[in-house]
Amino acid sequence: MLSIDRAIVDAIVAHARRDHPDEACGVVAGPVGSDLATRHIPMENAARSMTFYEFDSMEQLRVWREMDDRDEAPVVIYHSHTATEAYPSRTDVSFAGEPDAHYLLVSTREPDSEEIRSFRIVGGVVTEEPVRVLDAGVDPHAVQSYMFGQSPATVDYECSGR
Amino acid sequence: MAIEVRIPTILRSHTGGAKIVEGAGDTLGALFADLDSRHDGLRGRLVTDTGALHRFVNVYVNDEDVRFLGALEAKLNDGDSVTILPAVAGGALGSAVVAAPRGRHAGSPPVR
Repeated sequence: MLSIDRAIVDAIVAHARRDHPDEACGVVAGPVGSDLATRHIPMENAARSMTFYEFDSMEQLRVWREMDDRDEAPVVIYHSHTATEAYPSRTDVSFAGEPDAHYLLVSTREPDSEEIRSFRIVGGVVTEEPVRVLDAGVDPHAVQSYMFGQSPATVDYECSGR
Repeated sequence: MAIEVRIPTILRSHTGGAKIVEGAGDTLGALFADLDSRHDGLRGRLVTDTGALHRFVNVYVNDEDVRFLGALEAKLNDGDSVTILPAVAGGALGSAVVAAPRGRHAGSPPVR
């Protein structure tokens, strides 16, 4: 499962909307081994295409170095599909080179709503996983009281009937 | 002649988990051949059957993208540092793009 702050999801969606109809792409970094997506890094789509994205190789080197220096890993690698569903294409699967990353896809084909889905892609095998969106600023005592129930601070897209 | 090579997570199965390995060679192609003698299968992940640099990796010599240095012909010197990263790419289009040759941007390196 991918757990990710609503503020970061909102920023990713805003990035995808901004670059629509071209595909947008980026990374959310987090501490190595933590599986926490904490630092949003929008990347340039060097392909500037409606059907293809590609990190600029020099920007990628800089960002990957920076993550290394900060003991971070690319926890989430995201991109948008602008006319099709948020499901990995064959191209996405061919390129998926970070076995520990959550591959987050956002579809912006509908003007008023976004489809947001997350996948593990390892050795050519795609496995969808639930996305849990966390609302920041929730009172920690309130969170404790949700321990045995469904937290209203989360939205599980897998169960939202999309 | 020692050249430090940084290996990405996805290729560490070929290096016994090592993040950094050392190799030798006066070109990138020679370095990969040398590495393959100790890290079986590594070269096959970097170089295609037709002897070109694989589309799925980015390789840098001292922070420069080797696509702008002659790819596998890129010259290496003692003390150089080579970094390999998985290329991050994809998109809605099917597999047609994957078959396209690498280096579409070779004529226009990004301006920073």
